[in-house]
Amino acid sequence: MSNLPPGFREPSVEGEFEEYYLNMGPQHPSTHGALRLVIRLTGETIIEVVPHLGYIHRGMEKQAENLGYTQYIMMSDRQDYLTAIQNNLGVCLALEKGAGIGVPERAEYIRVIMTELGRIASHLVFYACYGGDLGGQTVLLYGFKEREMIHDIFEEVTGQRLTTNFFRPGGSRMDVPDTFIPRVKAFLAHLEKTLPDYDRLLTKNIALVERSVGVGKLTKEQALAYGCSGPVARASGVNYDVRKNDPYSIYSSLDFNVPVMYNGDCYDRYLIRWQEMYESIKIIKQCIEKFPAGPYRSKEKPNFKLPAGSFYAASETAKGLYGTYVVSTGGANPYRIHTRSPSFSNVSAVNAMAKGEKISDLVTILASIDPVIPEIDR
Amino acid sequence: MNDKELNTKEYAAKYIRNCIEGPINLLKGLTVTTKYMLNPKKIVTEQYPENKATLKMHERFRGNLEMVEDENGDNKCTACGMCERACPNASINVLPTKNIAGKKVLGKYIYHFGSCTQCGLCVEACPFGAIHFAQGFEFAAFNPEEFERVLNKKEGRG
Repeated sequence: MSNLPPGFREPSVEGEFEEYYLNMGPQHPSTHGALRLVIRLTGETIIEVVPHLGYIHRGMEKQAENLGYTQYIMMSDRQDYLTAIQNNLGVCLALEKGAGIGVPERAEYIRVIMTELGRIASHLVFYACYGGDLGGQTVLLYGFKEREMIHDIFEEVTGQRLTTNFFRPGGSRMDVPDTFIPRVKAFLAHLEKTLPDYDRLLTKNIALVERSVGVGKLTKEQALAYGCSGPVARASGVNYDVRKNDPYSIYSSLDFNVPVMYNGDCYDRYLIRWQEMYESIKIIKQCIEKFPAGPYRSKEKPNFKLPAGSFYAASETAKGLYGTYVVSTGGANPYRIHTRSPSFSNVSAVNAMAKGEKISDLVTILASIDPVIPEIDR
Repeated sequence: MNDKELNTKEYAAKYIRNCIEGPINLLKGLTVTTKYMLNPKKIVTEQYPENKATLKMHERFRGNLEMVEDENGDNKCTACGMCERACPNASINVLPTKNIAGKKVLGKYIYHFGSCTQCGLCVEACPFGAIHFAQGFEFAAFNPEEFERVLNKKEGRG
């Protein structure tokens, strides 16, 4: 079919309605940023969706070749701004593996508490946007309320709300203030009281249930084939979580479950994030109990260089598997840094999910993937 | 589309169930919003321009870069250029000069605020504690030249 626009593959079928194309985005409120989707439709039914990436491409991986290793950590903030602190950790893990830097125990606990707080913040944004995209604008502000409290903790600890730039190879940039642990405790107590409220507000809401149960199905095989990870894969029955299957930091010593669901529709992707929030609360509580004293960084100012070779480390962000691949020639700058971003793979599965659905369901599907576009385009 | 086809009886049962369960669940959700409507103290919105006098940022907040100066206006900068090298996007230019004794001291500390991402690597790199982040956060300007700042008031003492 050479007369089709680039990216479309399905042969055209003689039907009741004429085929036509529709452009959704880049400036569209429900694409969560600047994602352009070209939709091929017959009537209201979607035949194919082709995501066009690159609208906000900034060439981060190329820029990294001219930056030092520590300077690249700053760039990872700008990939997925909702899980910036987890991206910091992902880069640091790869650099630590390469340079052979150990991490003191207190630093590990700081890392786990901060990343799990970031996970809750990201899932709250998902909850807020999912409700907002389906027409419940009230939910949008409820979700952002608790997230704001997490960002307040982040601002006190790291200095910025979103672009934290906090972790360094060998620990973190500075120690947490004395108020950190009481504050996290108070926040968790507050969150445990409010989350059931939010659950009641939206989860059983008939407008949400009718629009998401059975919509946007992704089978386990498809999820694996497209390389989906995180909540999108786990909602389709893929029991894979880097924290459990390939533990980094101190996750192997913590007691938590990996929620898995098997329907693979939008409602499962919604529910699984709720369960993950509760699991994160459980992890933070264990860490607070055992929070040790001691140094927060292994060396005061490590001016390190990576030996020649290639190093890879994976970590689990709120969106999925975040991998960093560093190739070094032994110099002060990396030869190449590649990032495996979870949203990129998750968005590539949107065609498989949306095939045969109605066009209004595409908004639901896109919201349930929870993509962050700067991470896709980098 | 993905639902299996329902016969008339099943469809009617589903329809009636939705008619009863739907409003109940909607009312359950409304209890949450009503709770917040009746408890105005739970509202977290801040009246921003009005509370400017009491609004205080956290100690570590990274606003604009500033030089640490003592009461005479002297700074601790030795023009070593560590911050310039640490900056990922070349927002800092340290221009050294020579004092009367012929020693290298700081002439001008130029800070391009427009390209600064407030990552804080310069403050981390400075071995003398000569720069720090101020707590400011209102940076809108009419003229882009206002973002090209010279931070030091006096030449460095070396």
